[in-house]
Amino acid sequence: MNAQLDNLLRHPGVWRGDRLGITERPGQPTGYVGLDALLPGGGWPRGALTELICQEEGIGELSMLLPALAGISREDRWIALVAPPYIPYAPALAGAGVDLARLLVVRAGNTADTLWAMEETLRSGACGAVLAWPSLIDERSQRRLQLAAEAGDSTCIWFTPARQAANASFAALRIKVMPARDGTLVHIVKRRGGGPAPALVLDHALAGPPLPRPAPADIRPAA
Amino acid sequence: MLWLALHFPDLPLQIYAPPPDAILAVAGTGRRPEVLAATGPARALGVVPGLSVAAATALAPGLVVQPRNPHREAETLAGAATWALQFTPEVSPAPPDALLLEIGGCLRLFGGLDRLLGRVRDGLAELGLDGVPAVAPTPEGARTLARSGLELSVPDLAELRRHIAALPLDSLDHSAETLTSLANLGMRTIGDCLALPRDGLARRFGPELPALLDRILGRQADPRQAIVLPDRFGNRLELFAPVLEVDALLFGVKRLVTELCGWLTARNAGVRRLTLSLGHEHRPATPLPLALVTPQRDPAHLFMLLRERLHRIDLVAGVSELSLAADETTQIEPLNFSLFGEREHIREDCLNLAERLQARLGMAAVSGLSLCPEHRPELAWREVAPGAETTAADFPPRPFWLLPRPRPLAMRDALPWLDGPLSLERGPERIESGWWDDAFVRRDYFLARTASGARLWVYRELGTMERWFLHGIFA
Repeated sequence: MNAQLDNLLRHPGVWRGDRLGITERPGQPTGYVGLDALLPGGGWPRGALTELICQEEGIGELSMLLPALAGISREDRWIALVAPPYIPYAPALAGAGVDLARLLVVRAGNTADTLWAMEETLRSGACGAVLAWPSLIDERSQRRLQLAAEAGDSTCIWFTPARQAANASFAALRIKVMPARDGTLVHIVKRRGGGPAPALVLDHALAGPPLPRPAPADIRPAA
Repeated sequence: MLWLALHFPDLPLQIYAPPPDAILAVAGTGRRPEVLAATGPARALGVVPGLSVAAATALAPGLVVQPRNPHREAETLAGAATWALQFTPEVSPAPPDALLLEIGGCLRLFGGLDRLLGRVRDGLAELGLDGVPAVAPTPEGARTLARSGLELSVPDLAELRRHIAALPLDSLDHSAETLTSLANLGMRTIGDCLALPRDGLARRFGPELPALLDRILGRQADPRQAIVLPDRFGNRLELFAPVLEVDALLFGVKRLVTELCGWLTARNAGVRRLTLSLGHEHRPATPLPLALVTPQRDPAHLFMLLRERLHRIDLVAGVSELSLAADETTQIEPLNFSLFGEREHIREDCLNLAERLQARLGMAAVSGLSLCPEHRPELAWREVAPGAETTAADFPPRPFWLLPRPRPLAMRDALPWLDGPLSLERGPERIESGWWDDAFVRRDYFLARTASGARLWVYRELGTMERWFLHGIFA
């Protein structure tokens, strides 16, 4: 009886209020132990969408992804940057341990091309992560991208300026990113099968060398 | 010897690779031309072979009638023969409407007759040709079986004779006049004909008829001239009417791509650059060149790239002809078990992905990144082909984003200003380089923080006039 109950409780569709949802796919480790602990699957969701809502540019919103990107490129999977707003600076990426030979920069002229390129890269199965800066993603496109991410087992992260952020989205994970004194303040707005999470400061000391596997000490609760 | 005959009953129509909804008929020539063949939608409107063209146009107002074009039929047959060279080097066209392939030597390679026939059928579907296959020990025998619509595989001469004898007389590729006289004599099947004395048959109807029967049954040698694998690939296809919609072109494109890939397979090569040209009636052709990262011969992939390419252009004039040329090819090794199998696959997937993206967004829109050993930040990186290995170089901490062009910053109280005063947190890092070329720089870089907490990479230009610039963002 107990075994059956345990089995039932392990079903991904069942969520108990006191713990994180169980996902079928393990996530892509973020490189921050404290953040992994708050995310279902223990990392950036694979085969699902993540929306990063950024209060402004230059607050470490990409630096916080670099450990995960370095991990993906070391696994010989590719990383696509779709419609980046500026030049992704090769020395910064290489300095963080990302293998540049696994990087694909895709410039797209308009929203339709951006969404198409996102879908193609996600669906291809070659890209471990797709980072995108679309100007707008309507609900229908989000559903298509979700299916593409599932098909390609890829991590899709897109960036939305805070002033444009909608109240709801299809993303499995929505994170608000804010500036902090020496790091980046992340606030999980939505996660699959999880209630509200405490805000965290990720300390990716700019001056320090890249940390492939950061020590647990790099995280502390927000003041 | 084992021969595979492919008979194309609808070749006069299918030289145009018409889309499935085309209302098209091909008519004979003469004073009162008659319909010889019509597409499905045209037949549904009552346009059947034998109808006069005048009556057919009255029945189906949208009908396009083309005169029969034996020259194009021969070209289409030659194109299909090029494609068939991937199966066997012994391919010979049997005009007007059949191909003959000697397959006795290649059955093992393809894993048996059934598998080979399966691949041939799939290929014919891609070519947009309806072909009836038949297999027999003699070329003429196989062709006669195929002509009568029998998809048979006959292994030996005795059985071939049995099958041939049961066929109606008009399965023979012989003059209609002779066949009518034979019918008037009361003969219904080829078997009736075979029962007659050979000498008498020759005296009465000429030597051709018994010779044909001998070739069918293998009693007389029947050497066939195999076509030579062309050195260059350049095939074309005329459309039955000028086309303004890309989707209607795709059937023709698919045929040309399939022919190309058959040719590439026969040469054990892959294509690196190809050009699809859209021919117009009264203006120069529109060339659509395509360059590939790796040599390719996968018809599905090439077709998809060309389709994306076609969807990106505006057709300014009706397209009346398509042609496809392989501009550069290289030998490729057959697929082998690779030591790094999985990795190679991902790499290939990604390069295919890059090609797909480039086909739609343009070559320049998709790139990889590489480092350059150079102090000037704007020259320390460059765009490379996706997947290109990079050189290693060490840099102090650098921002994730670089601005395409440094943006001048306002100054207040001798400090740079961007929506508020910028506080300089780290620096300066002196970069002074390039005195040997025109892009001499002398700058002090700082990490600056805005009032709202964003981190920026700014520099002070050293010189007579001190100016501040924003060059990057620590995103």
